[in-house]
Amino acid sequence: MTTAIHVQGLTKRYGDVQAVAGIDLEIKQGEVFAILGPNGAGKSTTVEILEGYRTRDAGEVLVLGTDPQKPTREWRTKLGIVLQTANDAAELTVREMVRHFAGYYPRSRDPDEVIAKVGLTEKADVRVRKLSGGQRRRVDVALGVIGNPQLLFLDEPTTGFDPEARRQFWDLIKGLAAEGTTILLTTHYLDEAEALAGRVAVIAKGRIVAEGDPATLGGRSSAKARVSWLGGSEETDTPTRLVQELADRFDGEIPGLAVSRPTLEDIYLTLIEAPHV
Amino acid sequence: MSDTLALGVSRAGLETKMFFREKDGVIFTFSFPIILLVLFGSIFSDQFEGTGITVSQVYTAGLIGAGVMGAAFQNMGIGIAIDREDGTLKRLAGTPMPRSAYFIGRMLSVLVISLLEVAILLAVGVILYGLELPSDFSRWVTLVWVLLLGLAGAALLGIAASSVPRSAKSAAAVITMPFVVLQFISGVYIPFTQLPPWLINISSVFPLKWMCQGLRSVFLGPEGAQLELTGSYELGRVALVLGAWVIGGLLLCLTTFRWKSRRDG
Repeated sequence: MTTAIHVQGLTKRYGDVQAVAGIDLEIKQGEVFAILGPNGAGKSTTVEILEGYRTRDAGEVLVLGTDPQKPTREWRTKLGIVLQTANDAAELTVREMVRHFAGYYPRSRDPDEVIAKVGLTEKADVRVRKLSGGQRRRVDVALGVIGNPQLLFLDEPTTGFDPEARRQFWDLIKGLAAEGTTILLTTHYLDEAEALAGRVAVIAKGRIVAEGDPATLGGRSSAKARVSWLGGSEETDTPTRLVQELADRFDGEIPGLAVSRPTLEDIYLTLIEAPHV
Repeated sequence: MSDTLALGVSRAGLETKMFFREKDGVIFTFSFPIILLVLFGSIFSDQFEGTGITVSQVYTAGLIGAGVMGAAFQNMGIGIAIDREDGTLKRLAGTPMPRSAYFIGRMLSVLVISLLEVAILLAVGVILYGLELPSDFSRWVTLVWVLLLGLAGAALLGIAASSVPRSAKSAAAVITMPFVVLQFISGVYIPFTQLPPWLINISSVFPLKWMCQGLRSVFLGPEGAQLELTGSYELGRVALVLGAWVIGGLLLCLTTFRWKSRRDG
């Protein structure tokens, strides 16, 4: 597998604020990688540097082998970008917009197929202004993938979605990933990162504070389990044995028994709150 | 290059479509100079002594110039400021679309809208105010080059001005104010003979005065030349100043245009 994104020692400062304070990333082609972090952690700055929208102060960046600070048209034909917010082209229909954008790319997909893939076939002739927030976001994704990109950037794609719309959106992204598109996703929803990404990096204060498989992130899989019951609770490495002991003690049913591992959210909150500077 | 031009034409189609679908915007853009023309034509119905030219004919020529500049400078300047804020420019900058295709699209779309506006104003002028369409070919040629140069200069100035407002919300105020002032000092509403020289000196720097002067030469004919300050339409200077604005506007655009909103750093 070849490298899709290579970042080493990336820094960016706005006035007194060190938005990105030394980030390293290595993302392979075909991966779905999520950057997770609170607002202001440096997620969007990092992604916009990779997309060629912002300059960097220092560090080495290669996206599909090209330095994004020296973008070429050829390089842009291989990228798909779904930005955080866009309210443009309200008076055009979905089909007009997708067709028009297809004209920018040499190897574009069939517009009607893309519209079907994002689930907007019935809305294809409706003006963008009349779409719901979730449907608008689907148009954004349609425009992001119309050029048949090797690498797709999704910047907080489901912010403001209701739970059902989010599930549907995830299915869409999973479908794209299954086709082999490399996806770099930023989000502040943990369940989203867990549902979509093979690997996750947590950013806080401009640095990566943890990186890995969402299931093992921050020592999640090896963390102690908590066994709690009516009248007590205990952290342990051997929850099964403890439950057996409790069963003996209560002679059968243990009142209010619960065994839990730290959720991704627990790990995440610990990671972003810990002082790293 | 041909690819850029094709995409520019495709964008022009899209921009024009979007413009005409915003019904309220269309109605006000087109009706504004027409209403002014009818208003001025009703208030000032006298003739300039010894010329056979009526005040409303002078206003028709001036308002065609103002109408073209309104579409090219004001509408487009505000439109691009909105494009900058609503994500249009950012989205386009992330695609392989050649950036010049955006400007080609904007300019061609404004050309279509302006020509329509000129046609409507001419019709009103001819029907209501006895404006005479030029009979000789050379005046039509003058009309074409004055409109094209004036339009290009005003449009480039509009593109450059779009970078001035801090946000789309302030764009209408920021861009409309200088345009209204310019109309007052460029002889659109108030004849030059009633303006103090220092105001004329200021307006002589900008394209609107020269565009209107060129248009008066087309519609008022030789008899109207004596109404000009210098007693002549100075078509050579009209071409020179408008041409200079096209080049200067282009340089201004190339050096100051922002693809990002200020919020985006």
